[in-house]
Amino acid sequence: MKRINTLLIEKQLGGLKAGDEVLLSGIVYTARDQAHKRLAEAIKKRSSLPIDLKGAFIYYCGPTATPRGKVIGSCGPTTSFRMDEFTPVLLKVGLRGMIGKGRRSKEVCRQIKKYKAVYFLTYAGCGALLSKYVVKAEPIAYKELGPEAVYKLEVKDFPLIVGVDSQGRSVYD
Amino acid sequence: MRRITASWIRDLVAQLCLKANFTLRGDVITQLKSAYIREKGKRTKDILAAIMDNSAIARRENLAICQDTGMPCVFIEIGQEVIIKGDLKKAVNKGIEDGYKKGCLRSSVVRDPLLRGKPVYGPAVIHIDIVRGDKLKIIVLPKGFGCENKSRLRMFNPTIEINAIKEFIIETVKMAGPEACPPYIIGVGIGGTADYATFLAKKALLKKIANSPLRKLSNPIKKLEQELMAEINKLNIGPMGLGGKSTVIGVNIETYPTHIAGLPVAVNISCHALRSATGII
Repeated sequence: MKRINTLLIEKQLGGLKAGDEVLLSGIVYTARDQAHKRLAEAIKKRSSLPIDLKGAFIYYCGPTATPRGKVIGSCGPTTSFRMDEFTPVLLKVGLRGMIGKGRRSKEVCRQIKKYKAVYFLTYAGCGALLSKYVVKAEPIAYKELGPEAVYKLEVKDFPLIVGVDSQGRSVYD
Repeated sequence: MRRITASWIRDLVAQLCLKANFTLRGDVITQLKSAYIREKGKRTKDILAAIMDNSAIARRENLAICQDTGMPCVFIEIGQEVIIKGDLKKAVNKGIEDGYKKGCLRSSVVRDPLLRGKPVYGPAVIHIDIVRGDKLKIIVLPKGFGCENKSRLRMFNPTIEINAIKEFIIETVKMAGPEACPPYIIGVGIGGTADYATFLAKKALLKKIANSPLRKLSNPIKKLEQELMAEINKLNIGPMGLGGKSTVIGVNIETYPTHIAGLPVAVNISCHALRSATGII
């Protein structure tokens, strides 16, 4: 199976096609509904962002609390289309990769193509299994949102399927 | 009369939260296994294998099966010969808090639906029924919202054909598509009032799921369940929505008498991680 890295994604992006299975290593940031709303508002107001979105990967995930002795708790993907209204703004400032579950809007697919980004699916409803691919986790922004805070995750060989490739093609079409 | 202390209820609810979130129901595992055998495609099989691996890891390591540990739904049947010493609802919500804290389960409830705010553990949605006897039965169903968001209700005319009801249910699954974590379990409530039909749809998820050969069924509701299952599984949504024969692994229907002027039908979809645990005091 193809291995990709968040740092090398610029070079690897062109070779990824909707439906390809890959293993991702590198840094991803969790963000779901409320974090997206805040990030999009901050971008519109031109205020500073708590994370650098240039070249960044966002994982639509709100993990459980971390059990003692573990890196992270259960941490599967949440439904991606709820983020659709915020995604174009984030792509515009450099968001490069997204991980979630389910379909994206036509508009998001167009924007993914425009900004040469990529959307991945991962095993939905498998949060316990996916926690095994996270080697480091720390909340870094919007901590007051609890599970909706932004966590910086270091992942190793995190299993993904290309959902929408950089040509805007969707695995669901 | 039999006395039951609120603190016993609190303790039981806490235990049930842990059991439901860590241990996938046996009937669900059985149907996932048969789906794995039925499917031929490698990717479909891989996804089902990941789902089964996930449940094994969760059980072994006391990790939540899914990070969405849900809005806790609690169904209570109180025997009419029971006297509860203390505050029942408070005990249930304290039990939820105890269980969720202990199990590192996610706080996924906001106190104000409009203002939102920082997520907390509860309160649970509590359904109470009074039954005969001197026992108290509690079922905890942590309901994730990826699938809860796909719920639907339609108030049909009383003269409608059963086929139109089937179409509505199938359409609901089509609309959920890949988003609500298929393979699904479908709860259907038919009859009663608008509110009661939606309650029945949720309650239907508590029943064991089964896949019985159609020809052996004489009960018309059981037959309808199996017919729906067969038809929905032709939609080719499949695990993760990436195609396959296993779009649903269970369809359960609950019915209730209704008014001469109507026919409410509600659908409540569950993701493959259908979690519930039962206890009796």
